[in-house]
Order: sequence, then C-alpha cells, then structure tokens
Amino acid sequence: MEKTWNNKAWFLVLPVLVLVAFSAIIPLMTVVNYSVQDTFGNNQFFWAGLDWFDDTLHSSRFWEALWRNLLFSGIILAIQIPLGIFIALHMPKRGWGVPVCLVLMALPLLIPWNVVGTIWQVFGRVDIGLLGRALAGLGVDYNYVQDPFDAWATIVVMDVWHWTSLVVLLCYAGLVSIPDAYYQAARIDGASRWSVFRFIQLPKMQRVLLIAVLLRFMDSFMIYTEPFVVTGGGPGNETTFLSIDLVKMAIGQFDVGPAAAMSLIYFLIVMLLSWVFYTVMTNYGQGDER
Amino acid sequence: MARIVLDHIRHSYLSNPVRDEDYALKEVHHTFADGGAYALLGPSGCGKTSLLNIISGLVAPSRGRILFGDQDVTDLPTERRNIAQVFQFPVVYDTMSVFDNMAFPLRNRGVDEADIQRRVTETLEIIGLADRAHKRARGLTADQKQKISLGRGLVRQDVNAILFDEPLTVIDPHMKWVLRSQLKELHKRFGYTMVYVTHDQTEALTFAQTVVVMFEGQIVQIGTPAELFERPSHTFVGYFIGSPGMNVMPVTLDGATAHLGSQTIALPGAASPANATRIELGVRPEYVRVGREGMPMQVRTVEDIGRHRIVRGTLEGSEIAAILPEHDELPAEPRVSFDPRGINIYADSWRQVLGA
Repeated sequence: MEKTWNNKAWFLVLPVLVLVAFSAIIPLMTVVNYSVQDTFGNNQFFWAGLDWFDDTLHSSRFWEALWRNLLFSGIILAIQIPLGIFIALHMPKRGWGVPVCLVLMALPLLIPWNVVGTIWQVFGRVDIGLLGRALAGLGVDYNYVQDPFDAWATIVVMDVWHWTSLVVLLCYAGLVSIPDAYYQAARIDGASRWSVFRFIQLPKMQRVLLIAVLLRFMDSFMIYTEPFVVTGGGPGNETTFLSIDLVKMAIGQFDVGPAAAMSLIYFLIVMLLSWVFYTVMTNYGQGDER
Repeated sequence: MARIVLDHIRHSYLSNPVRDEDYALKEVHHTFADGGAYALLGPSGCGKTSLLNIISGLVAPSRGRILFGDQDVTDLPTERRNIAQVFQFPVVYDTMSVFDNMAFPLRNRGVDEADIQRRVTETLEIIGLADRAHKRARGLTADQKQKISLGRGLVRQDVNAILFDEPLTVIDPHMKWVLRSQLKELHKRFGYTMVYVTHDQTEALTFAQTVVVMFEGQIVQIGTPAELFERPSHTFVGYFIGSPGMNVMPVTLDGATAHLGSQTIALPGAASPANATRIELGVRPEYVRVGREGMPMQVRTVEDIGRHRIVRGTLEGSEIAAILPEHDELPAEPRVSFDPRGINIYADSWRQVLGA
C-alpha cells in the first residue's frame, strides 16, 4: 500500500502543542527568564548571564541537598520495590480476599500528602504521639526533632507506608495478567518456586516495574510536603531536600535568580535520571545472547 | 514409559457435587496403552482438558485413581509424574535463549551439563530449530514457540506420556499440517504414549490410531476413525464426526421395519430396545441415495462443494442432508432411499445392535 505524505497532518498536533505550551513550556520559560537575571526589588531586573548557574553548581548547600535526595530516593527504591513485589506475590488471586486487599492497599494512596505528614508528625511526637510514647516506653531513645537518624527513619517509614501500595498494585496487575498455562508448564518442567519467580513472574512484570520505578523515583526525588510538615528540613539541615531548599530560597529569601537556576538544574537531573532508568530497563533482556 | 490407567475417574469443580450435572467428568474408566497415539475429541466444555490435566496432575480428581503402569500416582504432584504437556498457547521463557528453554526441565531435575548439551542439541535437530539455539525465545513466531514447548517435553526422553492440549490452535493452517506430520513421525520413531486433545475432527482423525470421543463429561465412543464413521455408538458421534453430520430422525419400530411419519423403512435387522423413551434412525448423508425412487423429499438448498453436492431439505418433517455425486442429476421431484449398510438405530441416543 502506498503511504500518503501530507505535511498538513502537523496541524493535528497543534491543539496538544498549545495545551502543553500553556501548561508547561511558558511557565518553564519564565523560570529560564529569572535564572539569567538579578533583581533588587521594584520589579527591576538586570542581566546576570550564567552567574546563578555557576554559583549553584559551586555551592555546598546545593550539593549536600542533592546527595540527600539521591540517598533518600535510593533508600526508597531499595525498600519499596522489593517490598511491593513481595506483597503483590502474596496477595490472593481470587476469592473474597481480592477486593479486601485491593481496598486496603489503595487506602494510603487516597490520603493527601500534607495530611500524611501531619499524621506522622503527631504519631511520632515524644510527648503525645502513639509511636513516640510507645518507643519511649520501650526504652528506645527516639526523637525525630533532635536526632538526624530518627528524623530520616521517620520520613523513610512514612514514605514506605504511603507509597509501597502503588508498587504493590502495579505489580499485582502485572501478576494477574500471566496466563495459568505458564504456571502449569513450570510445574510440568519441574521448576522451583524461585525459578517461577525469576523466569516467569519477573519478566512478565518488567513493564509495570518500569513504571513503578520511574514513578517512585521521580516522586521521591521531588519529595517536599511530607518532610516539610514532619521535620521542616531539620534537625539543622539534615532533612533539607532540594525542593525544601528551593522553596526556602525562592519564597523565604526571595532569591528568585538562584532559585530559578537551581530549579532548572533540578529539573534536568530528574529528566536525565528518569531517562537512564527508562533506557536501562527497556533494553534489559532485549538483545540476543552470544 | 507406561500404560496409563484411569480407574473410575470423576471430577467436579464444585466443592459439594450432588447431582450428575455437577460433575465436569461424569465417570471415565479407560486405559491408554503404552506407546499408543490417542486423540481426545469433543466440543468445548466436554471435559477433555480436565481429563488431560488429571493425567498430568495439574488437577486432582474428586474420585477415582490414576495408575502409570502398576504405580498409583493419584497423589503424586505433577513434578514427580514425569509427564510432558504442551498447551494451547505456546509457553516459552521469554528471557532465556532457545537452548536454555529446552535445557530448563533437565536443569530443574539436576541432569549433568554434558548430558544436557547432548540431549538438547539432538532435540533441536528433531524440531528443526538448531540454527536458532542461541537466539532469544521471545523473538520467534508462534509455531516456533510451540515447537519449543514441544521440545521441552521431548528432551526428557523417559517421559511417561506426552499430552497435547489443542496445541495447534494458534498455528497457521499450512504449518498445522507440517507440525502434525512431525508429531506422527516422532511417535513412530520414539514410541511415546501421546494423548492429543482437540475439538477438530480432522486433527483427531489424522493424528490418532484411536480416537476417544467425549461428550458432556463422559466418553461416548472409543475407536478407530473408520469405526467412528461407520458405526457411531452415540448420536453425538454421528453428528460431530463427518461433514455434514449424520441425519438423525425420530422413528417408531416394528420388528425389522421402522416408521418415519407415513413412510416405512426396512431395517437390516430387528431391534427391540427395552423401555427406551426415544427411538431414532441415523443415516450418514453418504448413505442417502437421491433419485426417482423412494420417499419424497422437499429440497431447500443444494451446496456445490466441488467433488459432490450436498442436498439439504426435509423428509417427513425431519431435516435431512444427502450427498449427490458430481454428475448425477437432481430430479424435479426428488425421492430418497437409505442404503441398509448405513442405517443405525438409536435408543435414547445410544446405538442398538440389530439382530438378523
């Protein structure tokens, strides 16, 4: 069949382009605009070139926050992905247990971020919080306001509580789509439980896992509300992530120039790392052996 | 290898079967001889896949025993029954190479690597995938994937039986024929016991020496393709095998004559079924003569299918189909008669032996 070429087809893309322009590109351009200028108020701006980028890349404050982000995302992925797979593997595949499990799993996802933060902020308080008091009663010296490790532990556990369900639901969707014949063939072939997981379940979950990893990485890397509500970035700057720092800089100190430069760098890092995850995971297991 | 004995197998998917209809398999009592090639033929939902899964142990029967040779395997799990099974949709392990797919059942059983190398290479030759041994399995076509599924059974040379569950469903028609001939070839060469489930009569009749016809959870006839055609022991077999199927008409009996409406048909022998509520006469279209003599028939359609024509219409209110040889003419007022060799009498759907 002959293919028809017609450049007018580009007009079909126009509505989407206009929408994306208003929702993403134009706001982004204002940030680009700020990032190359300086202001002393009165709505007067001066050209600053790439100074803010230079400053940001040479500031220890930026690098420290960035490492905290990377560490946090690393911990989150290392816990939530295996835990999510584990829970999904053990959820019932049929019967009345299915809706019960699905609803239980979906519950944390329905709670707004700042509410989650507030819940854990109160839950962990040493004076009135259930968790804080219980740990104190057991003789554990726990205080997320003063101890950096406790602060991190609280935020990590909170995020695991809030978001593991997402990984579970995605993996579960991948698992139930595997036809029974695969499990039957595995039994005929005498495969062990581990082989079934390694050669049937994991490969069939590859696509949903890619989505889970991407979503959890981007979300945890951009985390803001929950740690802001629980620890406010403290103790000291121990839980100050890039996003928290950014808001401090842009709204607290009104340093729009450096803040804009920093948000652009932040944006590029998220894009770059997501691309890396995507490329690695989609190419894994595609080529021929030997 | 061993013969497979199904000893009064009943199976229900309900936890509390009470009535006969609750059973997917009503009662199956049959022996598959060692080295035989069998086809389990029947419509969807007749219980043939259940029966296959009971043999391989994927399903545990509600009642009855299964024996391989003299060993009772009813309580043995699939892994320990040493059975190969090929499913309707090809199952390949996507992330493995073709070679590793075939080596998988051997590795799981702890066969040593040199042996695996030898057996897999041999089997790859047999199924004709030797040149793709180190390609990934996911890039292959459906028939190649199905060959891998088959190959995973063949590498285990000591299997008790190879079971096929409609294995050619997703295969192109011309490849179907090729694969089916290869299966027959394998059977001749290695003498595996093979049980082949299908709802396609052509597949069953060309593959098997013995065809087991199932209907509503029970075996209605076991026989060679010719027996199924000439002497269907149940009206379902008559209807299911052959194209078009057997004509079945309600009749009343009087010794060696049958009355169909106002017509009288002489039977090859007398039948005297006791307490039957429904008596029927069955005759295949191949045994219905259309001409100027016999009983008047109302013709509805004539289908020309090349070598012959199929005449469809009614005879005394019953649907009837007849085969008319290519060059025979169809009279304006056609009449039909039945060849006595092709007449069968059924009482409550089961064939009656006609006395002399």
